Formats: sequence, structure tokens, C-alpha cells
Amino acid sequence: MRSTRKSARVGPLTAHPGPTRPFDLDALLADRGLRIVVCCGSGGVGKTTTSAAIALRAAEQGREVVVLTIDPARRLAQSMGIEALDNTPRPVKGVGGDGDGRLDGMMLDMKRTFDEVVESQASPEKAKQILSNPFYIAVSSSFAGTQEYMAMEKLGQLDKDARRSGRWDLIVVDTPPSRSALDFLDAPERLSSFLDGRFIRLLTAPARGPARLMTAGFGMVTNAVTKIIGAQVLRDMQAFVAAFDTLFGGFRARAQRTFELLQAQGTAFLVVAAPEQDALREAAYFVERLRAEHMPLAGLVVNRASPDPGEGLSANAAMAAAEKFRADADDDSALAAGLLRLHATRRLMVQREVRLRKRFAASHPDVPTAVLPALPTDVHDLDGLRRIGELLAHQD
Amino acid sequence: MADPSGSGPDFPDVQLHVVTGKGGTGKSTVAAGLALALASRGRSVLLCEVEGRQGIAQMFDVPPLPYEERLIAHGTEDTGDVYALAIDAESALLEYLAMYYRLGRAGKALDRFGVIEFATTIAPGVRDVLLTGKVYEAAKRKRRGKNARVYDAVVLDAPPTGRIAQFLNVNSELAGLAKMGPIKAQADTVTTLLRSKRTAVHLVTVLEEMPVQETADGVHELREARLPVGGVVVNMVRPRDLDTEDRQRLLDGTVDRGALAKQLEVAGIDADDVLVDTLLLEGHDHAQRRTLEDAQREIVRGIGVPTYELPLLPEGVDLGGLYEVAEELCRQGLA
Repeated sequence: MRSTRKSARVGPLTAHPGPTRPFDLDALLADRGLRIVVCCGSGGVGKTTTSAAIALRAAEQGREVVVLTIDPARRLAQSMGIEALDNTPRPVKGVGGDGDGRLDGMMLDMKRTFDEVVESQASPEKAKQILSNPFYIAVSSSFAGTQEYMAMEKLGQLDKDARRSGRWDLIVVDTPPSRSALDFLDAPERLSSFLDGRFIRLLTAPARGPARLMTAGFGMVTNAVTKIIGAQVLRDMQAFVAAFDTLFGGFRARAQRTFELLQAQGTAFLVVAAPEQDALREAAYFVERLRAEHMPLAGLVVNRASPDPGEGLSANAAMAAAEKFRADADDDSALAAGLLRLHATRRLMVQREVRLRKRFAASHPDVPTAVLPALPTDVHDLDGLRRIGELLAHQD
Repeated sequence: MADPSGSGPDFPDVQLHVVTGKGGTGKSTVAAGLALALASRGRSVLLCEVEGRQGIAQMFDVPPLPYEERLIAHGTEDTGDVYALAIDAESALLEYLAMYYRLGRAGKALDRFGVIEFATTIAPGVRDVLLTGKVYEAAKRKRRGKNARVYDAVVLDAPPTGRIAQFLNVNSELAGLAKMGPIKAQADTVTTLLRSKRTAVHLVTVLEEMPVQETADGVHELREARLPVGGVVVNMVRPRDLDTEDRQRLLDGTVDRGALAKQLEVAGIDADDVLVDTLLLEGHDHAQRRTLEDAQREIVRGIGVPTYELPLLPEGVDLGGLYEVAEELCRQGLA
């Protein structure tokens, strides 16, 4: 949710009221050309559960699936056997279906992924140098954006592995709960622009030694940086940049490859939202951004919708009737009044959610949409995931 | 609820209220409501956001906020104001440089060389120090200057629960990195305020498994970092009209349909089978949800901090809703 757009809005310019197309999950999963599903959206909308449910359904329909989760609820992770944060895909037990499908699950370990990239790219000696540099440790474990970047890095690795070994024919990825859902699309570019940045080049310059680069401007800059963050940080950074120098090209190339992978034919994005103003606004930005980047959008999933009671008693009528009981409350009337108030509350919630969804649909009429009812209990086992998959697939 | 009698606020000496919460729990709503609630007690309050989302502007229906304190709500009896400020790390760094180093030209050079962007997006921890540093500056102002306003309280709409301890624990975040230098000195002063009795970190949750778990983890992490935990605000609490026996009967499916239909007729409603079925189904869902919520409420209670409950607003939170939240927070004693 940003107040200022970086680019113009992409989409139709007038509203075309009418029903939106329902999202067809099974048709999507049946397409053997589909290799990657990315679930994205703002925090707290149920991305992880949605990703896991889609992965399970695909596996039970005969596909060989790996699901990359970012931060699953503990009990869900346990039930899938992926509570260990070890960066290794492990088979999920209890997957049914009549085909040869199977499901592997894993949880992203951001620091470890970063370390592995360094280890695979640098000589052992240099890798050791980098891994022990304080600046590297800080960047790899706490830089806001590393998680997004590493999720994309891991996706690239899984894809490479899948193509080489044929272990999986479908990868489902959950994305980190960013401040903004767009962060994970920007992270690779941000990292490369940092690595390409003038400042980094200035930092590396003294290590390489040409004195003519030591212009007055640069002297002023290093002085200021030293003043602010201290000379020792600057030295750590220079050491890091010097050691990392040969890896920069590789990082940029990988970021570019991942970006192209996301634009490829076999990729499908699902934008996940809740029927709340903020989450839908974020979803709208995301849909527009994906279009602008030519990334294939498969649909919108609206989670946690209040179940619609259908035709019948209006909120006002239910409230008015409930009020009548207030005066002379006995046991039987307490139940009736309570149920009427619940009904009125649900009606109001449904009305509001439908209004919000309609508004989204008016500005994005061609986005296939699935609406999932809020479940009265939390999802923390395969049966729960199966149920979500069912609901997602049957949108009529 | 911490103070059902409404005898007075639970955190009278707190100057800096930090509000965090998992995504989707309504932390920004609670932060805004708390700012209004504090102002309603005749105080001058600054509401800050640091995530670049312009959430305050959207909630109060005003144009996007610049890096400048703006009046957004003013009490009718000429007492109590809420000012708002959207803090971004870039502006905070430039302001900091201008204030402490008089870096006029060099500041611009830094920007040109990409140092400002580098320092605020890449250098870990520096961003958080700058954001908390600005909040600190606003909270600690002593005298009214030309452009400086003095606030009785500052409310910070902070990053989410999963990141809050790291965000506030600026010191240790920098520890491995900057061992000296002014940024480190700044982090030290900020930490002194954050760890003092003048600060309280409130956590917003809803009664669902994962947000409650994160809240418990967050409280634990805050305590480990010696940061003062304030209260837990349980948001979007469902109406609790049905008593235990009725809920059990709904779950067991043993409600007397005839009696219910008769009651509905008494209230003037045409109670056909479809309506009775709908009501019973809704009641069943509700009873299931309530069982879950009650279990989660017990866990929240077990955390051992004052709790406050805000009702679910079925029509969403508009400006009017914010004032309802504020009133409820006053009544329960958070403000």
C-alpha cells in the first residue's frame, strides 16, 4: 500500500460491472506446462496455508510437487513434517490420491541459503573470509529484503534441480510477509542496484588502488561516512566488498535469471488477499505490477470471507427483532435474540466484504477470482489443507 | 480487562507508546485509536508511522503525510490534539546530518554518491536507528522552539510483532557492526529511553492460533531484550451473546427447533425452515469459533500482562470507528 505509485496504473479505464470469472484451480493444475505457482499478498492473509493447500491438491492429482514455505504456523509445519529449519525438501507423509503424485515440503532458512550461495560461488578460502565478515553477517541475517531475495534464490535453485533431476514437475512458493507485497519483486533489483551502485564502486576503488579515483568528492564522502557510522564499519564494508567483488557479477546474473523465470510461460502468480480494504488495495497494486512486468497472473484468492447466509432476513430486521427480546429476557428468548444478533452481524460483514470485492472487480474485471469462506477452526493438518483445496477448486 | 471500573489509565507515566501486532490484526487502527484516546484526556499527542505505508493518512482521510508534523485531530473543548508524522529513513538521515554536522554540501554529495540510499536501505540496523532516533527526538523535546512542538505522549505505529524486538533493540543490532561513532552513540541514548519506564510496548492480536503464538513469542523476545511490555490488545472480538449451555446445544445439534421458531414468531419474524436452518448453522459456526477463541484467550491471559478487548466492527473501521476504539481504550484504561 503505497501512496505514490512508481509507475502508471495498468488496467481498464472504465468499470464494466458484471460477474467476475471464477478461478479454476484444477484446470490450472492439470496443465502439465505449469511448473511454478507463486502465492503473494500482504501479511496475515493466509498465503502459507493457501500455498500448502494448492501443493497438496496438486500432489493428490498426480503431480510431483515441492512447496517452499516461509514462516508456517508451528502446528501446520509439524503436521507436514517440515518444522526443522534445515533448508532441505522432505517428503510429506499422508498424501493420498490415486496417481503417482507426491509432495515434498521445506521451510526457507534465509541465512543458510545466502551462505550456500557464497560457498558455491567463491573459493573455500574466500568464502571463509566472507562468511566471517561482520558486515556480511549483518546483511545476511537482518537486512530487510534478504528474505525476499533468498526466497527467489531458493526458487531458482529448486527450479534448476527440478529440471536436472526430474524430481518435481511443480514448485509452489509462498512469499515472505513483507511490509509491502511488492518488496519481493523489487528485492533482486534492489540488491543488484546496490551491487552496481556508485558507492560500492567507490569503496572498492581504494582496494584496487588507482589514486586518481580519490577525488575531492570521494574524500568528503568517506569522511562523512566515517563520521556517521565510524571508521571500523567502513573498514568492514571495504573488506566485504573486496572479498565479494568477484561474486557480484554472479549475483546480478542470478537475479536476472530469477526475474525471467517469473515471467516465463510455465509460471502462475496467485494474489492472496482477505476481504479487507488494506489487503485488497495491496492486491490491486500487485495485480497491476505483475501486468506491468509481464508476469503471468492466474487469479485472486480472497480468503476468510464471511459465509453468505443467502436470501432472507435482513440485518436491520434481525436487529429490530432481537431488540424486542431485550425487555423480557428468559432462557428461550436469550438464544433467539443471540442468534438474531449473530445473523445481523454476519449480514453486515458480508455486505461490506461484497462491496469491497465488487470495487476490486470493477477496476480489475478480468482477474479470475476464488472466494474462500472463513473456517470456524484453524487449519493445522492435511485434512484441513485438503478441505481448503476442495473449496478453492469448487468455485461455483 | 485491566481496569473495568474506569478509575484511571494504567500507564499514566508512559511517554512513548509503541504499538505492534501481526499483519491483519489491526495494529494501525489501535495505534490511531490510542492516540485519540490519549488526546481525549487533554494531552498533546504525536502519532508516528515508520513503514512508508501512509496508513495514518488513509485512516484519517487526509492527503499523504510529508516528513513534517501535521495536526490531524483537535479536541472540541480546545484541549488535546493529535499530530501525525510519517518518518522515512532518508529524510531522517538528512535531517540528522544537517542537525549534528551542519553537512550542507557534503550532505548533498552523499545523496549524489548514493550513500543516503545505501545507508538507509542496505546498511543493516542503520535504518532502524534512524527511525527510532526520530521518534526519540520527538518524545524527548523539552522546549517549544520555532518549529519544535512539545508532546505529552508519542504513539508509534511500529513494525509487526515478528520484527519488533529487533527493531527496538537497535543497540544489539548494531553491536557487531558499529562499535563506536555517532550512530552508535545515538543508538545508546535511544536505548536508554526505550528500556525505561517511560516506554511501553503494546501488542495487538486477534484470538487466533498464529497471532496469539506470535504475541507470546514477541512478549518473550521483548523481555529478553529488557524492553518494557505494556499491554496486549485483543482486537476484533466476536459478540458474546450466547451462553455456554446454548453454545453446547448448538454444537451438539440439540437445540429445540420448535421453541426457537416460536420465539422468532413472537418477535414478528416469519420463521420458515430455511431461516431456522440458517440461524442454527450460523450459531454452530459461532460456537465452534468461540471455543477456539476461549482457548486462545486463556493463552493470552497466561502471558501475564494487562489485556484489553476491542469488539469486532462488522462494517469495518472508518473514521467513526476509530473514535469508538479510542473510547473503548479509555474506558478499559489503556489511555
